[in-house]
Amino acid sequence: MSFLTLTGVSKAYGSVRVVADMNLSVERGEFVSLLGPSGCGKTTTLQMIAGFVEVTSGRISLDGREITHARPNSRGLGIVFQSYALFPHMTVSENVSFGLEMRRLPKAERRERLDAVLALVQLAPLAARYPRELSGGQRQRVALARALVIQPRVLLLDEPLSNLDAKLREEMQFELRQIQRTVGTTTVMVTHDQHEAMSISDRVVVMEAGRVTQIDDPQRLYEHPQTRFISTFVGKANLIRGRVQSAGPQGRVDLGAMTADVDAGDAAAGDEVFLSIRPERLSFVPPGQGQIDGVVRERFFLGSQWLYHVTTAVGELIVACPNDGRPPLEEARRTGVDWLSRLVQVLPAEAAGPDPQSGSRVGLS
Amino acid sequence: MLAPLVVVCAVAFTPGNTLSVPTTTVSLRWFRAVFAHSDFVQSFWNSVWLGLCAATIATAIAVPAGLAMTRYHFRGRDALNGLFLSPLIIPHLVLGVALLRMFSLIGATGSFPWLVLAHVVIVTPYALRLVIAAVVGSDRSIEQAALSLGASQATVFRRITLPMILPGVAGGWLLAFISSFDEVTMSIFVTAPSTVTLPVRMYMYATESIDPLMAAVSALMVALTAVSMILLDRVYGLDRILIGSR
Amino acid sequence: MSAGTGRSLTAKTTPYLLSGPALLLFSCLLLVPLLLTAALSVSVFDDAIGVRNEFTLAHYAAVLTDEYYLGIFWRTFSVSAITTIICLLIGAPEAYVLSRMGSPWRSIFLVIVLAPLLVSVVVRAFGWSMLLSPTGLVNQWLALVGLGPVQILYTELAVIIALTHVMLPFMVIPVWTSLQTLDPDGERAALSLGATPFTVLRRVVLPQVLPGILSGSLMVFGLSASAFAIPGLLGGRRLKMVATVVYDEYLHELNWPLGAAIALTLLLANLVIMLTYNRVIEGAYRKSLG
Repeated sequence: MSFLTLTGVSKAYGSVRVVADMNLSVERGEFVSLLGPSGCGKTTTLQMIAGFVEVTSGRISLDGREITHARPNSRGLGIVFQSYALFPHMTVSENVSFGLEMRRLPKAERRERLDAVLALVQLAPLAARYPRELSGGQRQRVALARALVIQPRVLLLDEPLSNLDAKLREEMQFELRQIQRTVGTTTVMVTHDQHEAMSISDRVVVMEAGRVTQIDDPQRLYEHPQTRFISTFVGKANLIRGRVQSAGPQGRVDLGAMTADVDAGDAAAGDEVFLSIRPERLSFVPPGQGQIDGVVRERFFLGSQWLYHVTTAVGELIVACPNDGRPPLEEARRTGVDWLSRLVQVLPAEAAGPDPQSGSRVGLS
Repeated sequence: MLAPLVVVCAVAFTPGNTLSVPTTTVSLRWFRAVFAHSDFVQSFWNSVWLGLCAATIATAIAVPAGLAMTRYHFRGRDALNGLFLSPLIIPHLVLGVALLRMFSLIGATGSFPWLVLAHVVIVTPYALRLVIAAVVGSDRSIEQAALSLGASQATVFRRITLPMILPGVAGGWLLAFISSFDEVTMSIFVTAPSTVTLPVRMYMYATESIDPLMAAVSALMVALTAVSMILLDRVYGLDRILIGSR
Repeated sequence: MSAGTGRSLTAKTTPYLLSGPALLLFSCLLLVPLLLTAALSVSVFDDAIGVRNEFTLAHYAAVLTDEYYLGIFWRTFSVSAITTIICLLIGAPEAYVLSRMGSPWRSIFLVIVLAPLLVSVVVRAFGWSMLLSPTGLVNQWLALVGLGPVQILYTELAVIIALTHVMLPFMVIPVWTSLQTLDPDGERAALSLGATPFTVLRRVVLPQVLPGILSGSLMVFGLSASAFAIPGLLGGRRLKMVATVVYDEYLHELNWPLGAAIALTLLLANLVIMLTYNRVIEGAYRKSLG
């Protein structure tokens, strides 16, 4: 049974559709991310769930009850804002217990819950400090504690890690997930960072121009992106244009300089398609022994891997090799490039967005 | 730059009968004369009460109006904003003439409450500008956070918004008070013998006779202004008010 | 939990409720009095009875044709114009110097320049009347140099001096503000491309500061034209400007309609100048400065 459901939710400002026909079912205890570039409508969706933006059409229900037009102070949601939105004139303790005060809990219980949540986010020694005396990471924990202490039915996170520096962001990602798992709160997170979304979510909702383009768990999303956009937004991909020669699971696609054996899926013979292959799925072999030959144009050292730009007859391919201690290929070196047919994804050529007929593909639910 | 003010303060201490800078001795006799001069003392209190009432009322209407101007988009917002700030560009002379006409028609000429209202109109723009600056400078998501935690609109205003904009509100109050206290051009039309304010009294006195008594009163006013300047700086920051930036 | 639709209603009416008190006050004590005064200015004034409820444009005719009043307007206009120019010549460079100052000095000088705004204009006018009197400091210094006592007080010069001093901050602030938005690298770029410092000032700095200069000039002119205490104390009984003439009509002549007509003419002039300024600024600068 879905815990938080959005049905046909749309938001329009005049004639501009910021969110169009959004359908989403979040299970109790799930961690779902809304992922997309800026302007895709993910933040507006979150604000509609929170009640700060009026829904133009559609319904939102929480735990069986409709909350579409309910006032934001009656929805019982916990929100962590991008800027943390801490009350500057209150201490950490006062900030965190504010929600408890609004619920008129007796002092003893407030104290108990406050101590528990501060311990959870490891901020107990800083309870008497003011926000201006805290670092960015500490403020983020206060915001999280303040949202969690009221035991919300749903936790909403608006780009919670974007204001932290890279190292801290990585650490906080996992801590966030751990806390969520411990407390078990249903969580919806908005982010433009696909690493974040992939590493800690149960499911990812990819949005583009106000619409949902795919909902899947992170691994399926990575292995089977539905559109060109998703394949390059979530991870890197080599896209090679071609035409389907024969359809079906043992299909063939004509790439001009060569033909590739692929699982053509739903594509029909004669369709224009893109083959999508992840850089780490390509490997180097002696010339002539792989799918196609090419010349190394440039190479980049990224610490844990080498990134090669290889010029081939079907275009420039990006190949990623782990830095396993073996000597890397030199630039201008002629080499063969190989891949496994079953790791190639076939994507429709014209779809830069979702197909309006088939709608968004809902994942396992 | 400060020459006239310095001179005024210096002359105030002169022991003699004429307007001259004291060279050999310093005397407080003129200050004593001021306090003995019942007209001036009465006018001083008129100005103080007038300022306190006008500033408070002005701030009280400026805070909700400022919130409306900045937090909401509604028809007529720009027009209202223009109206509330118009006393800054309408010459006080015109305001004085206009209010005098209305007061005489409704029989409000010697009335202190009506004088207060007249001053409220003049000083509201100062309070409003500072309130708007404070609201604009505050983070809206903080209020949203309070709402999401279950606070009613009234609680949000009382416990979150107001404390955050308090320096601006206090600065606005002080600026309004100072402006009311200093005002002469409109007041000279609208005050009656019983409600004469200090600057008006000074003006009328100065056009009749020139003696160090005026200098002493002026020096006292300068001192009062200095005190309020220090207060203003503590509460809000002098450069922020005068320049509007920090 | 209620799904109240009442919420959308309150969101619509809230801003009106919030601005309500101020609106009420301003309507009653600003709009209504102005309308009444407009009506007054076209009413007949009878020496014996006072104001009569008859329509006449005689007062406006007098204001616009009578030599006496034209002379007053001309004097007010020229004094204000001269004051504005002097304020410009002193104030703009002052703002420039101020913007270049380092940290401790700048705050001190800002306070010195701007704090007098918080002191009543009566005090400042009185201070000047002491400085400029025949026995005042200025004449004392002139005596030191050998120049005889000069009659400054009760001349237009006195009014101009005092006005300039009082209005200077109103020129400094807008110019200073627009200087703040200047990118110092722009000047450095111009220098690196071979321009002389003077050319940099003329071709790079000045065009960007112009809106501030215009805004300041407008304020100074408008405030000078409607000044009361300064012409009153420093101009004496002979030297009338618009504001003091209105006071006379009200207090001594009791010809309220005439006074109202003069005051409204002043208001109209102010508004016309303001609108012209807005048009000019918007037209000339919208494209280049956005």
